[in-house]
Amino acid sequence: MAIEHSPVQLTKADFASDQMVKWCPGCGDHAILASILGIFPEIGYKKENFCVVSGIGCSSRFPYYVNTYGFHGIHGRAGAIATGVKIANPHLSVWIASGDGDATAIGGNHFIHLIRRNMDMNYILFNNRIYGLTKGQYSPTTKQGQITKTSPFGVIDYPFNPGELVIGARGTFFARAIDNSPKTLGEVCRAMAAHDGAAIVEVLQNCVIFNDKTHSEVTDREFKEERQLWLEQDKPMIFGKNRDKGIILRGNHLEVVEIGKNGITENDLLVHDATRENTGVHMMLAQMRPPEFPMAFGVIRAYKAPTYQQLFEKQMEEAKQDATIKCVDDLLNSGDTWEV
Amino acid sequence: MTTKTLNEKENVVVRFVGDSGDGMQLSGTLFSETAALDGNDIATFPDYPAEIRAPHNTVAGVSGFQVQIGKRIYSSGDNCDVLVAMNPASLKSNLKWAKKGGIIIVDIDTFTDDTIQKAGYTNNPLEDDSLSSYILVKAPMTTMTVETVKDIFTDKKSAERSRNMFALGMIFYIFSKDLTHTDAYLEKKFKKKPDVVAANKAVVRAGYNFCENTDVLQAEKAKVEQAEMPKGKYRNITGNIATAWGLLAAAEKANLPLFLGSYPITPATDILIELAKHKSLGAKVFQAEDEIAGICSAIGASFAGAMACTSTSGPGLSLKSEAIGLAVMTELPLVIVDVQRGGPSTGLPTKTEQSDLYQALFGRNGEAPCIVIAASSSANSFYYAFEAARLSLEHMTPTILLTDGYLGNGSQLFRIPKMSELPTINPPFATPNDPTYLPYKRNPETLVREWAIPGMEGLRHRIGGLEKLDGKGSVSTDNANHQLMVNNRAEKVQKVADRLPDQKVYGDDNADLLVVGWGGTEGALKLAVEELREEGKKIAFTHFNYIMPLPKNTGDILKKYKKIIVCELNMGQFVNYLRMNFENIPFLQYNKVKGLPFEVSELKDKFKQILGE
Repeated sequence: MAIEHSPVQLTKADFASDQMVKWCPGCGDHAILASILGIFPEIGYKKENFCVVSGIGCSSRFPYYVNTYGFHGIHGRAGAIATGVKIANPHLSVWIASGDGDATAIGGNHFIHLIRRNMDMNYILFNNRIYGLTKGQYSPTTKQGQITKTSPFGVIDYPFNPGELVIGARGTFFARAIDNSPKTLGEVCRAMAAHDGAAIVEVLQNCVIFNDKTHSEVTDREFKEERQLWLEQDKPMIFGKNRDKGIILRGNHLEVVEIGKNGITENDLLVHDATRENTGVHMMLAQMRPPEFPMAFGVIRAYKAPTYQQLFEKQMEEAKQDATIKCVDDLLNSGDTWEV
Repeated sequence: MTTKTLNEKENVVVRFVGDSGDGMQLSGTLFSETAALDGNDIATFPDYPAEIRAPHNTVAGVSGFQVQIGKRIYSSGDNCDVLVAMNPASLKSNLKWAKKGGIIIVDIDTFTDDTIQKAGYTNNPLEDDSLSSYILVKAPMTTMTVETVKDIFTDKKSAERSRNMFALGMIFYIFSKDLTHTDAYLEKKFKKKPDVVAANKAVVRAGYNFCENTDVLQAEKAKVEQAEMPKGKYRNITGNIATAWGLLAAAEKANLPLFLGSYPITPATDILIELAKHKSLGAKVFQAEDEIAGICSAIGASFAGAMACTSTSGPGLSLKSEAIGLAVMTELPLVIVDVQRGGPSTGLPTKTEQSDLYQALFGRNGEAPCIVIAASSSANSFYYAFEAARLSLEHMTPTILLTDGYLGNGSQLFRIPKMSELPTINPPFATPNDPTYLPYKRNPETLVREWAIPGMEGLRHRIGGLEKLDGKGSVSTDNANHQLMVNNRAEKVQKVADRLPDQKVYGDDNADLLVVGWGGTEGALKLAVEELREEGKKIAFTHFNYIMPLPKNTGDILKKYKKIIVCELNMGQFVNYLRMNFENIPFLQYNKVKGLPFEVSELKDKFKQILGE
């Protein structure tokens, strides 16, 4: 759906809010906010045509910190509210800020269904693997065994991997980024904005107070090159400090190999194609995690399919063209009627 | 002789009952429409089981359709003058509705040892004396139907499908109705199946002729009085369709797209089904993943500038509670339609009740007042749906419209209005680039805030469920501000009463008893009061459609009467609401929760008893 562009070049300042940002110092949310404030002017839509929707949680304060039309909803319901916004007015650019609790626990149903429908919106999932605003209870993405306030003997729940949920629901776009890497976060968000349909970005976000270093096994400087695989479209999957490791497909599973060993060359490596309809490799990539694998980052899946809005508006247009009932008077007088 | 019960009657009630799938709804509908075309007023009510196809020939699987036709029709009636029972189970479960001395028509072919036993009878009721106080007509409907269509359908199953038309033909004969409408319906419905059209037409005539030739009634035919209805163009309409159309009418008047976010639930689903048809009128209908998504999508659509609605029934309203609070806090227009059914929990999904009133008035966290209004007939559901939307849009407040299963599924004649006759709807839109715009700046008279819609230039703002600072609308936890905002939201709803019509009373100021009702019970209450007045009793009646706020003259009316009885299909929710508002008035109450509408006879008995005290 066409969204009207701004006649003038906007800047970051056009989207700066007058509200004091109340996230904790050092919280990963600050970096995500900075990325979005940088991207909105680049996208070029009129500033009145952005609408940011959220649920409840630390991340859900996001709309107050961006000067657009914004709606701070109730717990878990951002996806449902945003769905209504976008159906009512497909000419708005709709953004959702949500957390792991908001999106995958209380709002899990809305999350999978907006993905299944390919609602044309941009969904940033701040995954800090903890309930922060309620001060430290485990979430659906908290690691098994972790001690939290509500799991004094360790979490026994198996965690969700948001990528599996998105791809399992036949999502058309899934990407993963890290809060402390502004450049890559910006690239991923740009790709999300460019995608027509439900675009989900999972940001590994650090909660300095209640779950500090939860992602450190992949984000720490000392192992990040060994444990992060940054995917690029049509490029072989290479990682490692010396760029000497890669991913191959052996049979029906992925495997880490060393380039130059056992006769492996770059040509043997899996080449990334985010645009394929088949979810098989995308799912395997989303599932990779240390220590056996690096974690996949960047755009894992970006498959082009008609959006809900395109299909919906097409039906509306067709119905209007063929209609015999064109106004409510026509409707009231349709079918069996008689004079008394 | 005996059929004198039907001669020269003002009103007559006919009830068609059979197995689910026997086509009773169709027989009933065609008879109702034919009577309406013939100048009778009508009201109908389908009575179907929660199961789609319960086991054949069991009481659980009985489906029925009742219609009252005649001169003065306020409801689909209590007991029936004619009961058409297509099998033993339907006779067993519906005999209690048949008037003593009335006609019972059965398909005698279905009364076998097996089906009689399945229905729970120990003896064949047609052969013992149990039906001696009725005029029993034993018609071999199945064999005569099969015989009639033998040249069209050779297999018994296809042939027997037309049995409902045989029964319909018999009823047409009894009431001297012609077959034109039914023929036209069949020709249209089965356009591509000419053999089905031919078979059904032949069977209707076979039923009609069977009555004429065999003189099974042993009496002259029934005459029912014509209705004296205001001139105009009419149609038959169910409450759910009327509700859907009222919403469409409001959207057109307000010049806004209609958005419905909804999840299927009995008995409200027909509103969703109906609106889904009308994309050509710009209706944006979204079947959500659950009740919560239904209302939350509607809130999002309202924020984005649509006339937003959600439709549900009791359990669904419970699920929507938190989101209704969000709409209260964000002060967005939103229509919530609750087609009430028997509760609590899953309760009696296909039966009617008025027990969601407390939930509509109070079922939210915090101080969260909404506008609450109720339709009181299938046809006026159109006007109250329109009114719910108008009040919600003009007062920027969520509005709950209460109807019920009886109104929603029942039908009535509806005098078709012209759109130009309906009031205008003027939502308080903000002006783009207004430098003085603030999200929670209020109109000093109505306390209504302005509606600034995403896309409008110069009005970017954020709203949400957290308490708002008066005027500016930013998040505020200030103590005094919270008190002020709570007061403002309550007063805004109370101020709606400034624009409501006065509550009216039917009957005398000096009556000995005032009958009070609300919502879907109006027909039965009004008829009971009218009949008692005709018997010389001093009794008056007032019926509420506006519940929150109440019309401003409510107290003045209630203070005039020595005795007041509040009648409702719950255990006393409206009467307690009145007690809360009018502390010194001693209210009597009459309540029933049997999943059934009031019967005129039980109301009259109760009122006579009070008048006699």
